[in-house]
Amino acid sequence: MSSVAGAPPALAQDDRPRGRSARSGAPRRSDRARQEARLGMLLCAPAVLVLVAVVGYPILQAVWDSLFDYRLTNPDARAFAGLQNYLLVLTDSIWWQALGVTVLITVITVAIELVLGFGLALVMNHALTTLRPALRTAILIPYAIITVVSAFAFLYMFDLTSGFVNSWLPFVADSKDWFATFGSAVSVIILSEVWKTTPFISLLLLSGLAQVPGELSEAAKVDGATAWQRLWRVTIPNMKAAIMVALLFRTLDAFRIFDNIFIMTNGAAGTESVAFLAYRQTIQRLEIGVGSAVSVLLTILVALIALLFVKGFKVNLAASTRGGR
Amino acid sequence: MRRRAALLATAALVAPLAACATAEAGPPTLMWYINPDSGGQSRIAEQCTEESGGAYAIETALLPRDAPGQREQLIRRLAANDASIDIMSLDPPYIPEFANAGFLAPIPDDVAEAVTQDVAEGAVAGATFRDELVTVPFWANTQLLWYRTSVAEAAGLDMSQPVTWDQIVQAAADQGKTVAVQGVRAESLTVWVNALVESAGGHVLGDPEAEEGADIAPSLDTDAGRRAAEVVATLADAGVGGPQLANANEDINASMFENDETAGFMVNWPFVWPRANGAVESGSLDPSVVEDYGWALYPQVDEGQESRPPYGGINLGVGAFSQHVDLAFEAVQCIVDPAKQAEYFVSDGNPPSSLVAFDDPEVQEAFPMADVIRESLQNAAPRPQTQFYNEVSTSLQRTWHSPGSVSPDTSPREADELITAVLSGEALL
Repeated sequence: MSSVAGAPPALAQDDRPRGRSARSGAPRRSDRARQEARLGMLLCAPAVLVLVAVVGYPILQAVWDSLFDYRLTNPDARAFAGLQNYLLVLTDSIWWQALGVTVLITVITVAIELVLGFGLALVMNHALTTLRPALRTAILIPYAIITVVSAFAFLYMFDLTSGFVNSWLPFVADSKDWFATFGSAVSVIILSEVWKTTPFISLLLLSGLAQVPGELSEAAKVDGATAWQRLWRVTIPNMKAAIMVALLFRTLDAFRIFDNIFIMTNGAAGTESVAFLAYRQTIQRLEIGVGSAVSVLLTILVALIALLFVKGFKVNLAASTRGGR
Repeated sequence: MRRRAALLATAALVAPLAACATAEAGPPTLMWYINPDSGGQSRIAEQCTEESGGAYAIETALLPRDAPGQREQLIRRLAANDASIDIMSLDPPYIPEFANAGFLAPIPDDVAEAVTQDVAEGAVAGATFRDELVTVPFWANTQLLWYRTSVAEAAGLDMSQPVTWDQIVQAAADQGKTVAVQGVRAESLTVWVNALVESAGGHVLGDPEAEEGADIAPSLDTDAGRRAAEVVATLADAGVGGPQLANANEDINASMFENDETAGFMVNWPFVWPRANGAVESGSLDPSVVEDYGWALYPQVDEGQESRPPYGGINLGVGAFSQHVDLAFEAVQCIVDPAKQAEYFVSDGNPPSSLVAFDDPEVQEAFPMADVIRESLQNAAPRPQTQFYNEVSTSLQRTWHSPGSVSPDTSPREADELITAVLSGEALL
């Protein structure tokens, strides 16, 4: 994992000339280019407007609400509180614990998924043409299952009363309650998350693999490179953009983990995530102000992660789709 | 062409509205939000629709499975002044919150008088907030001590007399059996802890009806609270709670109690009786298991001090924004008719709040323990009746979970501190 994550910055330079069009280099554009750009803007305008309405508006509303002391069952007592709610959240140990749990789950799941997903992508890429559609469908099935449903499936599998896992695993006592302690509970949560979303990452990586020109690998083979060398020195460097995009999407997704925790432990055994904390304040306690503050902080963290990937690791979101053309 | 398309689009938009208009014709429809059961409430809705002679029709809408989920859905709808909520099945501890927020239509005096006749004291208390009846008692629940006759006999316990927690824990430990309790971090844990504190002569909150959260004084760090923590700790330390103690809910407890090898004692609601009998009928449980079932009043914390069993059940509230408040109260009176409560007890296993319903011969036949349930209901103690119940309960769950980590020296004090901090807006939950 570390070597994969460590490789990209150096390779970013290779990508740039190919990934970007003449746009960045040429200050003057032809009429045609300008018209194309205008058409492009017009074509994406409806989507942007819809996004502003369904994403932008709620975010602004949450920011506004987070500045008030506001309980849903007592709307008359709503009072301006300034940054009081943020202060309350950031000085509470529960917030930091939830943040720690969220980071832990994110890092471990994304790392495992990247390795597993890459393996699955390789299998799909090298499978016989006749097998490929069936294989892709089979691999994608977990991703098509609703998270709540898969969470229930894992809950029942590991549950002491209805589960079968204890009797299958030789080194586990039959009376082991997986959801009683943090370590085992979080392991099951991570396992269910990995099972469910590895297909997503493998699909993104598959599109990256498809971009790597076959000639490169063949040339390396002729030069006497082993399969391992071809993978590390030819394939992976050439699909760096796809890897980073897959990592970015999954990190953002994993950071907002909620469903599995809600179903499996309901936050017990110290497994509360940041999203769960927001749910507890807003929906359970009906404290719209504090809950919105937690949500806004979560949004900021997610935005920071995206920024880190895009600026820090120089991920070019447009580049990953290059091979699709 | 374009005009025709516009016409079609308009027609498509208007058509559903027209359908709505025709649906309004006929008797007004009352929407009853029900908690999941075995179909009894839907049946009562049909019966009352028929009995109304066309005055109203009751339709049911299903709420989430657990009580906190039911509260969340109803309260969010009511906060948005949802006029479609005519009648709702409410879990008693959340009633003060609904009443305080003005989400319940006031009950007319004549209705209040009619629906409290011959009703269990605990049920009336649970339907009342600040000395006013705000909901109508429907069914009332209480927990009993269930025991395996063979285990109690082998341990030499005289079950005709009240027993204490210490006695049953000791008996279970001696016999290598379990005491099934609700140790899961959920509402059921609060039910257990509250019953222990009340049985020890204390209360979770000093002044639950206070208007401001900051004025509510928790009173767990008292002799009663510490004694309750001692019972929890003793049970967990003795290892009789079963391997799943930290996640055990009522259903898991019921399964534990059906297991011949480990079952010893259990505190649980009466649904376990029809559940076990149903399993016998379907052939998945040996009849000898049910024959071994025994029941008694909830265990005492201190010998000689009467126990205060948990009180639960469902009350009916009428939505403050309903457009048919009068009809809704008429319908509610039809629903809580003692004969229907008795029928509901037999069909769904949920005991009536009406004391006369217990005399129904069918009830007596289906529930041999009906008289113990009635007695238990009279002694039952409600959970703290405050509009901040959700905060209090969640704080309690956070500080008293898992049962194995409960200590009389720390848990009650930590609970008091967390409840105070949360209610004064100084801590997250």
